[in-house]
Amino acid sequence: MEIITKSKARRNRHNIKKEQDTLSHPLQFYKIPPSDTISLQKFEEYAIERLKVLKAVENAGVKFIKGTQNYKDHLEKEIRKTHFKGILRVPFIEVLDLVRSRKVYLVDGYAFVPRDDMISILLTHYRAHLSHSLAITCRALPHLEEDDRLLPMLCGLSKRYIGEDYGNKKSTVGEITADMIDMLSKQSFPLCMQQLHQSLRQNHHLRHGGRQQYGLFLKGIGLSLEEALKFWKNEFTKAIDGDKFDKQYSYNIRHNYGKEGKRADYTPYSCVKIIMSNPPGPGDFHGCPFKHTDPDLLAQKLRSMSLSKDAVDSVVNYAKEGHYQVACQHYFAVTHSNFEDDININHPNGYFEESRRFLNPDKGNMNKSQLGTPRTNRNPVKMEGTPISQLASQTQPSQDSTVGDFDDMGDNDLMDIAMETDAESDKKSS
Amino acid sequence: MSETYDPSSLPDLLPIYYKKLFPYGPYYRWLNYGGVPKTYFNHREFSFTLKDDVYIRYQSFSDQQELEKEIQRRCPYKIDIGAVFSHRPKDHKTVKAAAFHAQEKELVFDIDMTDYDDVRNCCSGADICSKCWPLMKIAIQIIDRALREDFGFQHLLWVYSGRRGIHCWVCDDIARKLSQNGRSAIAEYLSVVKGGEHQTRKVTLDDIIHPSIRKSLDIVEKAFKDYAVDKQDFLGNEERQTKLSEDFKSGSNSKVWWAIIQKREKDIREKKKYKDCQNVTREIMLQYCYPRLDVNVSTGVNHLLKSPFCVHPKTGRICVPIDPEKVDEFDPEDVPLISQLIEELNKTDSTDDTSKRGKDYKRTSLSSCVQVFENFLKKLENSWKGKLQEQSDLKMEF
Ligand code: SF4
Ligand SMILES: [Zn+2]
Repeated sequence: MEIITKSKARRNRHNIKKEQDTLSHPLQFYKIPPSDTISLQKFEEYAIERLKVLKAVENAGVKFIKGTQNYKDHLEKEIRKTHFKGILRVPFIEVLDLVRSRKVYLVDGYAFVPRDDMISILLTHYRAHLSHSLAITCRALPHLEEDDRLLPMLCGLSKRYIGEDYGNKKSTVGEITADMIDMLSKQSFPLCMQQLHQSLRQNHHLRHGGRQQYGLFLKGIGLSLEEALKFWKNEFTKAIDGDKFDKQYSYNIRHNYGKEGKRADYTPYSCVKIIMSNPPGPGDFHGCPFKHTDPDLLAQKLRSMSLSKDAVDSVVNYAKEGHYQVACQHYFAVTHSNFEDDININHPNGYFEESRRFLNPDKGNMNKSQLGTPRTNRNPVKMEGTPISQLASQTQPSQDSTVGDFDDMGDNDLMDIAMETDAESDKKSS
Repeated sequence: MSETYDPSSLPDLLPIYYKKLFPYGPYYRWLNYGGVPKTYFNHREFSFTLKDDVYIRYQSFSDQQELEKEIQRRCPYKIDIGAVFSHRPKDHKTVKAAAFHAQEKELVFDIDMTDYDDVRNCCSGADICSKCWPLMKIAIQIIDRALREDFGFQHLLWVYSGRRGIHCWVCDDIARKLSQNGRSAIAEYLSVVKGGEHQTRKVTLDDIIHPSIRKSLDIVEKAFKDYAVDKQDFLGNEERQTKLSEDFKSGSNSKVWWAIIQKREKDIREKKKYKDCQNVTREIMLQYCYPRLDVNVSTGVNHLLKSPFCVHPKTGRICVPIDPEKVDEFDPEDVPLISQLIEELNKTDSTDDTSKRGKDYKRTSLSSCVQVFENFLKKLENSWKGKLQEQSDLKMEF
């Protein structure tokens, strides 16, 4: 996607004319990729512009859910083109997202799709196309490796404009040990992680969803693999024997650290991911407490942490209205006395780092410079004013790997990479 | 007939079971899918769990004979069936990791009684009894109906997992070819009970109830009183009441009850809340009885699932197929034990030595279970014949 400022356009008029022949559309939604030579610098410029646009589109989606009038008109035009009227009968496989959310009536393998939802059919085809192209791109990557300038740039790109992914950063690994977690959880964990920590301590067990959410968070705050194994084993073996732990659970922990299976380096979940995908079921303690707790229970819980009545009310109200992350920010503010800065919470690990930095300013500054990440970049999506529930239809549910599910990179993994344009991506090919 | 089983006898019993009783013939006919494509069976992953939890993955066999030989040689405590891969799984080390990937597998569902612990008061964890087993019956009826009527699938193999749950293998062509995205979409379509440990209300129905859920409700409504009221006494004490609604928390004397009833009526009168109330009993019934699927198991093409006709090492029960049309007659207590089968075999052995190898199960109570499997298989095979016929008809036209 090419965004050209006026002056730049003037300077490059010739080039652009030529490029537009091959690129034909300013959005660069080509089916056949251009094959001309391009300078590395130019490529980088385009790539960054493209990311900015993706980001802008995403932000627009956050702000205006069903879109502006223009957006709607455009979609309608697209649908008109297909000449569909009324209700359409299609194989269910063509409208999986409508099936998933039970928005269609199914009979004998066919879905009856109301006019308003036909965009879903287009989406399916677009996804299939995208996924196919990504597979081809993926196969081409080894050739790119021959040029040692391109790949590092591509890899660094998403970090520069999309925000921190809180992967296992070299500088923080090993700073945290298993015996510090109790203390840290009280001081600096966001409520979602406190909740997981408490139920782990209580039940000496967490189900898969909880182990993933909590385990990756701990990895993100700098718990090394050895310490993680120690931490989980310590707790689990209060209920089961060590042998069973080694067989059933340690694989998954090593897997999350990229030591098993396809050796992907998994990154901690962002708030958006926690809030919107893989909701907790019976027996589960994961999820975001501001979304996945009954308001009464939430209030009760907050009161038991001796927050003032006003504080409890305002946090619970935000949660009730669907502003989960704003509720979390409020919670941060009232649990860190004299906190005056304005912060955005969009990642549990961001919450943790902000808290450490606040409680421990000197060390925080050191960390900051080590990481070299400006704080502002951490907050790519402003969530205020948008009930997150409305976003649900836009995000794919997570495809978490489980034991016995590895070693293949199918379409869906590729899809994830394509669909997850911000820090919510949980897999980073290593 | 022996009704007891001692887990320590398993190493002695398994060799006989695998030599004389395991129904290799029908089993191979199933997984070979008529030999179309030819590589379907030998690209299929099996994994074995041996004694002392030794776990070996990526086993594959070229034909029924090799499968038989290997199972008899290893005597696995557990056999899992995995996906059909792009290459023979046993060669996976010689193939580039990126090229070796899972291509197809039956769409599978795993329903486990442990996921119902909050709505059964008789047992918990791995235990089951006649008071909670109705949950599995309801699950089979609901999922079986939805898969057939809504999704148009025809070849469903239901299997008792040997202890506390059931599995469903959807074997239709379309199901086996489903992407991960397709699998999770179906699993979510079929999931109604949501909400974690911090949410008491776990089912929320729309104003207009989806036709599929309506049909599920018909099934649940028939079973609810017998299950929840008679068998489980689901509001029998304060703890159980609290589980259902925070409203009950303040105690259950008449004064409180009266206040609750009055509040309900007031809520209903104030129009706004009416919507919240109209489905209350339906939501409660679904929360207690609607099937709870392990979505993770269904989603992965690559996820392994315990094979039918395994022996559960702890209970000694065979993982036998269940006829969904006769689900009321199925009682897990009646499922044959490996020890019992071998005793049956010993009793008849001396009287009949002309029996053909592999047909020995006919002389035991496993016979009726294999029959259920055969019935499933016949329908599946007929569908291939239909297809082959179609294809040759097409050729004739040209
Ligand atoms: S908003 Fe994010 S950090 Fe806060 S509790 Fe929810 S998931 Fe955790
Ligand atoms: Zn029971």
